[in-house]
Amino acid sequence: MKSRFIPLLMTFIVFAAMYLFAYSRFSSFGSMRIVGNLLRDNAYWGIAAIGMTFVIISGGIDLSVGSVIAFTGVFCALMIGRNGWDPIPTFIVMLTIGTFFGATMGMLIHYFKIPPFIATLSGLFLARGMAYVLSTESIRIDHPFYESVSKLVYIFPDKGRFTFVAGAFLLVLFIGIFVAHFTRFGRNVYAMGGNPDAALLLGVPTGRTTVMIYALSSFLATFAGIVLSLSKQSGDSTIAVGLELDVIAAVVIGGTLLTGGVGYVIGTFIAVMTLGTIQTYLTLDGSLTPWWIKIVIGVLLFGFVGLQKLLSSRQGLRLFSFGRDRKELQQSA
Amino acid sequence: MTTNLQQMPPLLEVRGLTKMFPATIALSEVDFSLRAGDVHVLVGENGAGKSTLIKLITGVHRKDGGTILLEGKEIDPRSPRHAQELGISTVYQEVNLIPTLSVAENIFLGRQPMRWGMINMRAVERQAKQLLQDFNVDIDVTRNLSSYSVAIQQIVAIVRGVSLSVKVLILDEPTSSLDHQEVEMLFSVIRSLQERGIGIILITHFLDQVYAIANRVTVLRNGKKINEHLISELPRVQLITEMLGKELTQDTHSRDDTSTSKNTNRVPFLKVNGFARKGTIEPFDLEIRQGEIVGLAGLLGSGRTEVAHLIFGIKQNDSGEAYVHGKPTTIKSPRQAIRHGFGLCPEDRKVEGIIGDLSVRENIILALQAKMGWFNYLSRQKQNELANDMIKALSIATPNAEKPVKELSGGNQQKVILARWLISNPDFLILDEPTRGIDVGAHAEIIQIIKRLADEGKAMLIISSELAEIVAYSDRVMILRDRKKVRELEGDDVNENTIMHAIAAD
Repeated sequence: MKSRFIPLLMTFIVFAAMYLFAYSRFSSFGSMRIVGNLLRDNAYWGIAAIGMTFVIISGGIDLSVGSVIAFTGVFCALMIGRNGWDPIPTFIVMLTIGTFFGATMGMLIHYFKIPPFIATLSGLFLARGMAYVLSTESIRIDHPFYESVSKLVYIFPDKGRFTFVAGAFLLVLFIGIFVAHFTRFGRNVYAMGGNPDAALLLGVPTGRTTVMIYALSSFLATFAGIVLSLSKQSGDSTIAVGLELDVIAAVVIGGTLLTGGVGYVIGTFIAVMTLGTIQTYLTLDGSLTPWWIKIVIGVLLFGFVGLQKLLSSRQGLRLFSFGRDRKELQQSA
Repeated sequence: MTTNLQQMPPLLEVRGLTKMFPATIALSEVDFSLRAGDVHVLVGENGAGKSTLIKLITGVHRKDGGTILLEGKEIDPRSPRHAQELGISTVYQEVNLIPTLSVAENIFLGRQPMRWGMINMRAVERQAKQLLQDFNVDIDVTRNLSSYSVAIQQIVAIVRGVSLSVKVLILDEPTSSLDHQEVEMLFSVIRSLQERGIGIILITHFLDQVYAIANRVTVLRNGKKINEHLISELPRVQLITEMLGKELTQDTHSRDDTSTSKNTNRVPFLKVNGFARKGTIEPFDLEIRQGEIVGLAGLLGSGRTEVAHLIFGIKQNDSGEAYVHGKPTTIKSPRQAIRHGFGLCPEDRKVEGIIGDLSVRENIILALQAKMGWFNYLSRQKQNELANDMIKALSIATPNAEKPVKELSGGNQQKVILARWLISNPDFLILDEPTRGIDVGAHAEIIQIIKRLADEGKAMLIISSELAEIVAYSDRVMILRDRKKVRELEGDDVNENTIMHAIAAD
């Protein structure tokens, strides 16, 4: 067992425990109906969380994702619902705007040495403000394209529905894993998070990579906004307030080190599904208020940050490396 | 083979290389040449220009004059990356790799073998394993770099550098945190690189290592090239003489011996027996009486600062005992040391000592206020009094006590730090390089102050690279070599000649 897999293992154990517990109380958790709904309901913020995973692995943070999701929803609703644009061109325009928005934050961070926290905080206010300026009221979208997308489902034998949105989520997940582990960009992100100075000396193009990381995060947040707009069929400037914090929590619970350098896209996915499972359980149970989800997030976050601290300390590492290092060193010497 | 090499142009040649920084000439007209298959060691004390030379060759800094030739062709490295592309790789003392990535990934970061548009991780791991095995290092390359010792990390860094079709490999103090066995491991890697015809530039402070691995040595001092030697033709004393820049002369020390003799019967203020810390300094004994000045001599990296840190509790000893006024005690933290009446003026006053934006007065009262506790506030009037007394006593050249310290000269900044410790009236002062980087006039003044403080009954331990200076004020001199106390000189033995020979281990 390599020590870097331990947080990921913990994430999976927590998920399995939560899911089995929910299943023991409600047997419907064994059906594809719940699985399909979990994927559909958590797709939009799950997609944003995958983008955030790259940001946090690189040692940064992106606070703007909730606002970007809201702005995207309002923009799409306004253009499609009121101005009669076609959905596809609208999406393309919106994704382009989103990508530039993220790239700009990345440039501020790299070229002007503005801390990511501040650069993306101004992004948070900017995008949210733009959303309110476009419209303060909820706008409905009535478009045949939206109707046909909502009919695009695969129905399991037990009437479980695998929606287009769920498919988009899984697609982003697979691409995310691929990019993180099998492209030079992905490995450069890990390198920058592990030791930024060394990454530069090793020839990592840190400027370009930083810009790409924040562009990717905003691109995925925009995509998340489109996904949300598809399932809600409306746009509202007040949604997803504070969502960036849930997203960050999911990334950390997914085993990504807040200090950067270590993390897994699949871990973020499992964490999103864990929180989704708890949410669904609370809804089905009905005796507890749904706000308990916040308490659970708090407890899990606390536990995982504690675990990270332990693992990053020398003693912690020794604890988990089972005393093999010294022996190997002696053999090789 | 050798005749062949003689005819070929040197692998790397540097002619008249010059680098100026604001107010200082870091490197002046330096010539240097490296042959294929040579291990060429650069030696010199702090500020000699070793790192500047390396940084110019590797493109970290741009040169202000001179030429750099690689295989006879002029090059102008613009960045470490550019230098690497030209075939010049560097491995630093601080391993510059990614601790959170695997060994294999560290070796291939940025140039991973690709297949079908994706990184072929299996090839990365297989090739990394092969590269390491070429140097008889057989480790699990899929594990995180951070799970291995510094020695292994150094070797991984070297393997990465070498696998980039390297011609010149620069090793900047690679051995300073390695133990004996690890140094041997590293040297065997260096030797096999030598056999492949790679030219190696090595910076090290350990003379034994210089003699163990080098073919050639270039001595730098104050930004100038002093000499180049074949190591086989260079006696140690000559090497040290050239490094320190002192002729072997017969001057004896000028401090009168009466103070020593009148003190010998008294219980020493501080006595340590077998003080040591693993990997930092080997066991040493030391006694300091009140009114006595003990000098600490040795080359850079010999453990001088470490001795001071151990005595002041910045680092904790893991064996040995300490006695203050003959009573057994422990020194586990600077706080405890200060309570015993110790004071320390650190080596790098810019980093560890002064706070440039605060006024002379504020800098002076800092330690006293900290000692009294922040709730026990010193009145402004009292602060002014103390500051003005000190400005007068040490003749600090400042128009008034409110001037920001950063606007003073180096010598006066040093006096401010000294003043800071003096107002808290310590019994024992440790000064680490008190005269570094200050002008000649201030130099003499600081030495006068040091002597006066001893006459007032303070015990002093002073670290200095300037042998003449140590000889001028020390009653006794403790000499360190390779993190070990090797000799203690007293009375007439305190002269530059003996010190130099002790450092050289003759």
